[in-house]
Amino acid sequence: MKMRNHLIPILFILLSGCEDLQLNNPYADDEGKQSVLYQSFSERPKHLDPAIAYSENEYAFIAQIYEPLFQYHYLKRPYQLTPLTATKMPDIIYLNKEGKVLGENASEQEIVYTDYVLNIQSNIQFQPHPALAKNELGEYIYHKLSVEQIQAYKTLSDFKEVGTRELTAEDYVQQIKRLAHPKLQSPIAEIMKNYIVGFDDFSKQVASKKKTDIKNLSLSGLEIINPYQYRIRIKGKYPQFLFWLSMPFFAPMPWEADVFYDQPGLADKNITLDWYPIGTGAYFLAENNPNRRMILEKNPNFHLETYPSQGERDDQQLGLLKDAGKKLPFIDKVVFMLEKETIPYWNKFLQGYYDASGIASDSFDQAIQFTGSGGVALTESMKHKGIQLQTLVETSDFYMGFNMLDATVGGYAERARKLRQAISIAVDYDEFISIFRNGRGVVAQGVIPPGIFGFAEGREGINSYAFNWKDNKAQRKRITEAQQLLAEAGYPNGIDPKTKEALILNFDTASVSADDRPMMNWYRKQFEKIGIKLVIRATDYNRFQEKMRSGNEQIFVWGWNADYPDPENFFFLLYGPNSKVKFGGENAVNYQSSEFDRLFEKMRNMDNTPERYQIIQQIQEVVRHDSPWIFGFHPKSFSLYHSWYSNLKPNLMANNRLKYTRLDIESRAEKRKLWNHAVLWPIFIGVIILLSAMIKLIFSCYRKREIR
Amino acid sequence: MIQYIIRRFLYAIPLLIGVNILTFVLFFVVNSPDDMARMQLGQKRVTEQAITNWKQQHGYNLPLLWNEKAESKDKITQTIFYQKSVGLFLFRFGVSDSGRNIGADIQERMWPSLVLALPTLIVGLVVDVSFALLMVLYRNSAVERAGIVSCVVLLSISSLFYIIGGQFIFAKLLKWVPISGYDDGFSALKFLILPILIGVFSGSGSGIRWYRTLFLEEVEKDYVRTARAKGLTETQALYRHVLPNALIPILTGVVVILPLLFMGSLIMESFFSIPGLGSYTLDAINSQDFAIVRSMVFLGSVLYVLGLLLTDISYTLVDPRVRLS
Repeated sequence: MKMRNHLIPILFILLSGCEDLQLNNPYADDEGKQSVLYQSFSERPKHLDPAIAYSENEYAFIAQIYEPLFQYHYLKRPYQLTPLTATKMPDIIYLNKEGKVLGENASEQEIVYTDYVLNIQSNIQFQPHPALAKNELGEYIYHKLSVEQIQAYKTLSDFKEVGTRELTAEDYVQQIKRLAHPKLQSPIAEIMKNYIVGFDDFSKQVASKKKTDIKNLSLSGLEIINPYQYRIRIKGKYPQFLFWLSMPFFAPMPWEADVFYDQPGLADKNITLDWYPIGTGAYFLAENNPNRRMILEKNPNFHLETYPSQGERDDQQLGLLKDAGKKLPFIDKVVFMLEKETIPYWNKFLQGYYDASGIASDSFDQAIQFTGSGGVALTESMKHKGIQLQTLVETSDFYMGFNMLDATVGGYAERARKLRQAISIAVDYDEFISIFRNGRGVVAQGVIPPGIFGFAEGREGINSYAFNWKDNKAQRKRITEAQQLLAEAGYPNGIDPKTKEALILNFDTASVSADDRPMMNWYRKQFEKIGIKLVIRATDYNRFQEKMRSGNEQIFVWGWNADYPDPENFFFLLYGPNSKVKFGGENAVNYQSSEFDRLFEKMRNMDNTPERYQIIQQIQEVVRHDSPWIFGFHPKSFSLYHSWYSNLKPNLMANNRLKYTRLDIESRAEKRKLWNHAVLWPIFIGVIILLSAMIKLIFSCYRKREIR
Repeated sequence: MIQYIIRRFLYAIPLLIGVNILTFVLFFVVNSPDDMARMQLGQKRVTEQAITNWKQQHGYNLPLLWNEKAESKDKITQTIFYQKSVGLFLFRFGVSDSGRNIGADIQERMWPSLVLALPTLIVGLVVDVSFALLMVLYRNSAVERAGIVSCVVLLSISSLFYIIGGQFIFAKLLKWVPISGYDDGFSALKFLILPILIGVFSGSGSGIRWYRTLFLEEVEKDYVRTARAKGLTETQALYRHVLPNALIPILTGVVVILPLLFMGSLIMESFFSIPGLGSYTLDAINSQDFAIVRSMVFLGSVLYVLGLLLTDISYTLVDPRVRLS
């Protein structure tokens, strides 16, 4: 009995001591004093070769590793390009047909070529990499490996020797040649054929050659002037080319990388350039296990780059300039964990094991509440944890498109135009955003999203065919106006005079799951408001794409995310020569308007001047009038960050944001400890119950034996 | 025995060819090479030329099953089916459509699947057999009735519920284990405890009922009555006679799934972020990666055939009456 009296307090003390343990910590405790950022990814990136990678989840990695010549300023708005590895912005020289230099104000017709003279900084070194390792004789150690030698390697880290060398203009030229190589299948190769002089010829020339052969072949539009300067010649005038130059497609690639990775046998072990990048950026990929985790570590050879000392007016007040002039990056290591499901991801964020999180729809109510004035705020539990909310309207369009080749909804006759305008009024995207997106979106009034040059706010920027300006805000026109338009279009009360029944329209979609049904029903109801019967034609994604290519769709929803912050990147979605059916382009509605095309051609190569702004408004008016799109909405992203996360400023264009991020790791360690005390009393009770049961069992057995 | 095994292996060849053809036809009924190219090349700025290049480089520019334009045997060999299938029979899975070596990926991902599935199987077997024996021991009593009701309740609930509930209680509320994740070596233990326990618990409803049925069948047989007549207690009869005899169906049931343990568990691995093979096939179907789909289906078929063969062999080991010929 005495023993039992002592046992309980001992157990209690032991278990209380254990409560300081973070048993649920998913990470090894070997961080030390390193500043480690924990993020997640839900889908493994397909490509990490900058010539091929083009999606957001791929840029999350390669934008930290590879460095194009230019980058977007982290703090300044509107988005602005600044030199990254370049010493300055490029010298742009216009030339006529004879190669004679033209003035800056030369007309577009005169300009036959444009030269971009690009200057890079000296003393920039590549990350340590086996492809660059040399022996005492100056020979590359791993460039001529035998099959037996390759057998011994399993991952890139098995190569013990690493080396580096200085970045030169040749590395940039090498990468542009790689873009042209058909075997690499760069998604922008076809676009660049239209611009870079000699790109197409080079592509044909190297079609049957190995990737390693391109080093010694010349591409006529590229010229290395000296180790730190090169020139790209493009056809005509194309100001957006500068935006392309700031994308990872145009990041430098040492020729040694292709030679190293092309050795037979390495690809069988997944040791390829597509999986093990080699760059000059702030980070290098230290571990690449896309099935589990990917780790970026600070590049020991990273050149001097400092945190920006200028920004927007409020940035100083918001503390965004505290680190001005300090050397980048601030974080030593970034761990990306594979997290396929949103529930574990969200819970780990709440426990402090992820530093940032998006908000899935099932956790939205837990995180966000709507204020009386219609704004959004964090819930009390989030505020209590010190979590920060960042919202931002994305530079994206989600629209409902009408196939302009369709006999009923397409065409440019007044009848068809009024039908589309009537539907534009009936489909209430305010309601859509509220029901299906938890309020995360802004109703679109035109093609250009906020943040892009040409976007007009207020009365000036509304779609006057579907909205009225009332009480200082855009208000959707009454449904009676839509019905009036429908009657004028020849469908009084939505009745098709040919059939004497409700007009039937078809909505083509690839949303086939049960989860999509409420949304489809919602679309149906919107059309029912004006008496139109909407038939949902749901097919798998491949068939849907096929319909779009062949023009067999009638109404559909589609989206576009900006490549670069220029209105050209949105209006080209309606440019006639980009029609999907005729030319396989991105004009999914097959819109063809001579007025639109004329204005677009005039606007696309202009600088951001008031004149350009006016033309953009004219283009918007043409599109609103013709209504080939119901403008839909611009999504609004909601992101959550823990209190220890600083230097936060949303930037939709800059993908290399990690180097600016700062973490207060001491605060994080404290909070994690506070939030993750293991609750051990159930074990304590369980042990007591178990012991009692055992004692009772032994006692009863003993009693039975005694009775026998 | 060796002759039998060789014969079984030879039988497996047409079976595997059949599975391969079926997979091929089903896949290409839904996806065309053009669709695959579009999926791999992304949504933006994909031109017809880029699609043609992709198909050429990945060997999808050939006819599917029959090359009308080719001569003699090339009519068969110069087809997508032939080109993509021959390597499989030599276990050369090749490169996925996104460019990764499939064999290397399978090798890497099968071990986490195994370390999750094997303990789940063993612990589950011990727990299920123990509880089934307990229910048989106390048959026709309140213990058995309560056991049956509990089993029905357990097997009526979706395994997803156990996973989310388990994560909520043990990882979120009590904070005993990490919610999800994986590590190498012994560090993996803390990540595996919860999924293993959930796996055991969620499977116990059906498992216990199944083993109980087996034991009940045995317990009514004459030799058990004889054993009781000899003076053995119920517990002794159960452990010494019923259990060994009931092991034959248990063993064969277990052996047949042993090779398939490598293939992993889709939901469990996905929710606990275990980098196994469970989600490999599903991800490949979603991304229309035919190279992975055919490899995984082929591997699954081979392992299943192997499992059946092992079952036959195990019969001879546990039951002397069975002879393979």
